[in-house]
Amino acid sequence: MIDALPLSVTLPLLGAFAVTVWPAHARALGLLAAVLTAASALTVTAAVWTEGVLRADLGGWGAPLGIALEADGLSAAFLSMANTVALAISVYAGGYFKRESARHFWPLWLLLWSALNGLFLAADLFNLYVTLELLGLSAAALGALTGTREAVAANLRYLLVGLLGSMSYLLGVALVYTAYGVLDIGLVAEAIEPGPVAWTAMTLMISGLILKAALFPMHFWLPPAHANAPAPVSAALSALVVKAAFYLVLRLWLDVFAPVLNEAAANLLGILGAAAVVWGSWRALRAERLKLLAAYSTVAQMGYLFIAFPLLAATPPGLARDNLLAAVVLLALTHGFAKAGFFLAAGMVQKTAGHDRIDELGGAAQALPAATFAIGLAGVALIGLPPSGTFLAKWMMLEQAMILGLWWWLVVMMIGTLLAAAYIFRVLSRAFNREPTPYRFVNDARTELPALLLGLIATFGLGIAAQPLWALLEQGAFG
Amino acid sequence: MSFDAWLPAAILLSSMIPGMLIFLLSEESHRLRTALNMTGALVKLGLVIWMIGGVYDGQRYETRWTLSPGLDLVLSADALSVLFVALSTLLWLVTTIYAIGYLEHSPNRSRFFGFFSVCVSATVGIALSGNLLTFVIFYEILTLATYPLVAHRGTPDAAHGAKVYLAYTMGGGALLLVGAIWLQALVGPVEFTQGGILGVSPEEIRMELILIFFVLLAGLGVKAALVPLHGWLPQAMVAPAPVSALLHAVAVVKAGAFGIVRVVYDVYGVEFAYANGLLLALGILASVTIIYGSMMALTQDSLKKRLAYSTVSQVSYIALGASIFGPIATIGGMVHLVHQGLMKITLFFCAGNYAEALGVHKVSEMDGVGRRMPWTSLAFTVGALGMIGVPPVAGFVSKWYLGLGAADAGSNWVIGVLIVSSLLNAAYFLPILHRAWFRPAPKQWPQEHRHAGRLEIAGALLWPPVITAVLALSAGLFAAAPFSPLEWASLIAEREYGR
Repeated sequence: MIDALPLSVTLPLLGAFAVTVWPAHARALGLLAAVLTAASALTVTAAVWTEGVLRADLGGWGAPLGIALEADGLSAAFLSMANTVALAISVYAGGYFKRESARHFWPLWLLLWSALNGLFLAADLFNLYVTLELLGLSAAALGALTGTREAVAANLRYLLVGLLGSMSYLLGVALVYTAYGVLDIGLVAEAIEPGPVAWTAMTLMISGLILKAALFPMHFWLPPAHANAPAPVSAALSALVVKAAFYLVLRLWLDVFAPVLNEAAANLLGILGAAAVVWGSWRALRAERLKLLAAYSTVAQMGYLFIAFPLLAATPPGLARDNLLAAVVLLALTHGFAKAGFFLAAGMVQKTAGHDRIDELGGAAQALPAATFAIGLAGVALIGLPPSGTFLAKWMMLEQAMILGLWWWLVVMMIGTLLAAAYIFRVLSRAFNREPTPYRFVNDARTELPALLLGLIATFGLGIAAQPLWALLEQGAFG
Repeated sequence: MSFDAWLPAAILLSSMIPGMLIFLLSEESHRLRTALNMTGALVKLGLVIWMIGGVYDGQRYETRWTLSPGLDLVLSADALSVLFVALSTLLWLVTTIYAIGYLEHSPNRSRFFGFFSVCVSATVGIALSGNLLTFVIFYEILTLATYPLVAHRGTPDAAHGAKVYLAYTMGGGALLLVGAIWLQALVGPVEFTQGGILGVSPEEIRMELILIFFVLLAGLGVKAALVPLHGWLPQAMVAPAPVSALLHAVAVVKAGAFGIVRVVYDVYGVEFAYANGLLLALGILASVTIIYGSMMALTQDSLKKRLAYSTVSQVSYIALGASIFGPIATIGGMVHLVHQGLMKITLFFCAGNYAEALGVHKVSEMDGVGRRMPWTSLAFTVGALGMIGVPPVAGFVSKWYLGLGAADAGSNWVIGVLIVSSLLNAAYFLPILHRAWFRPAPKQWPQEHRHAGRLEIAGALLWPPVITAVLALSAGLFAAAPFSPLEWASLIAEREYGR
């Protein structure tokens, strides 16, 4: 069982080597690596669920020297979402890319996947830096794959911003290491004491990460980068890469900096989150292109996640706080599935229509029922309507906000919800066109079904069967 | 799971599953689609009949599914839910037949019938909701499922109507959500309980509870088309006739009215609501809506719009019944839920038939339609007379009980509202009947499609209004028979007032 831990990091890495060595078989090898990686990652999740926290010290060296991997409920939850989504993206990419671009896509994509799994599983702060850096580099390279001037410019900026974020994070790590001499998350948590050093380290690390998570007003780099990438890459960037940065903020907040925390910092994150919700939703509403809309929607959705911090800070430990934490994780996971499904389906519509200008999408949307349904289902989850996981998560967050008397968060989230409804239905209304079209539900199974499945998971799976998430988070994430 | 715990879920799924399958069908699979539709509708009917018997005997059916700690999805059946479930199940069956006939040659039928089934499932979910969370969930799903139906035709008009519909219902949904979460934060999970749960709440949160009542009422009032939240309803008339029938008689407006009844009786408790003046506020709002809707109906020349404003007016009888403190008015309000449904669906079916067979869309074009389409016009006449409140059609029974209840509760002004409303009803329905029966037909109809068979129009279009008209008549004629809507409403009132 323990072996699945390193495997989920090394398998995609091996796959990346393989597709580089045999580029002629990039698609087949890439898909094989994708299936194996996802299987090993889901094995990890299952093992955490049944057996509890897993830990593996690579090379036989224990902390504080070796490379340690650790999976608790929180990492397992993100890991399973990321790998399911990544598998769907891989299947989609198999049908999406032509031979030439597939050669460039697969090595970078598997590299990114490896970094992502490493990030969810790394147990010490320096390894986290390594995975973060690798993630940023491969993401920027993937984003520029189309080679258009806009894509290259946007992703160059993305690369620089990413580097800045990692640098800031690394400075914080260096500070922690000089002050306490340890890097393992558990050991740092034991050693850390409130004071200027801890405070500075926390500020540096978290600022670096929120830059990477595109929290308002540091989101400026995201919309052009995500909107100009090829559809499967946009899906990965928007659903997974920014989510990884959020995961790290949550991880550090809960495990490392808990003793240093104060409400002012939490409130600051919450206020930025609220601004992101309103601004991102508004820009999404004004967007003329489908993928730009989706990218701005990501800015808004990341905002909801940061609103959780002031709520978490104000809730005393216990059942209510555990539920709130689970709600935040549920929100993040649902958004991952929904946004990936949205981008994949949007890519299909764009490919059919030859463009993604929302006002002219009618015919394409009507001719592709499965893709339109996927957009609709993902849209339900993005708005936060029942029966999606987002609805459930929002209900729990809002209820807790009301119990705490912090009603203004409720106002912000409701405004965001209504704006989201407006921008999603602006797209969906195009699918009702006067021309009748020959009706077949699925037109291109390889690209439409992954998107549809992701939408279904976000809307029905996580909304109606969210219960297992609680059992998973019992393993080391609560309390 | 035992059968009792499984029944509510089965009733919900009996339309949900066919709906999901229908989406996947290709456009040409007429037979399979019809078979799925009819199987779903008949299975549902059978299950509901089973449930009616059980609930009458005091049997408890409940499906409970934990979504997350502290949040349960609860489907359960009490007398009130059965009233609504039975109505929607029966009328779904009839409307499905009608819709199959009406949309025979139009495009995108898989999409249409898929959403149609989801819409009915959501309505049944609303009826069977056992707590406020479940109610909110299905209330929102209903919005999602009806939007594509309103937009179905794809014309600029349809797009506009759907947009207006969405703006109103999303806003209403948001208010309902806020109210529900606020209430739950204050008193914990809100299960629907006879007599309400708030009677025992501490005094210091009373003002907050009153405020929440109005938030909830605003949220529900959008779908129930309470003035001034009714603006979407006449706009949504662009939908195909079977959708209008469903929207007006069964699904959307009823969901709102039903929600108001639930909140008054099973959340706040009628005594609490009465003692804090909530009933009076609701009564005034309902009365204003009744009069306003009728006045607007009077000025419409478009037949469907006239019927739409008539809905605005008539649905508020349900809220009015809930707002009068006393079991007799409660009976009147509850029974009107069914009676209005039967009568209004008849009228919309008939309006659809006039449009389909003769191209008649306006009241001013209806001269002589009685002789040209006697069966349709007879059904229409029954519906219209019922709406006015002429005995023995069902509408009379509702109004009689409302009036009696108002007198009993000492709210004599309500009787005045009822009389004015009935006069207005007569003023906008009788001219139609006069035109239909007593004026000569024009030389040429606006757009005539002659039906080849012996009937005036295809059977699938003719039988539904005839059946619902007969039902509306029987509900009035046999109001005292066991299991009539009236008897059932009395059972509800008995249980709510705990006598």
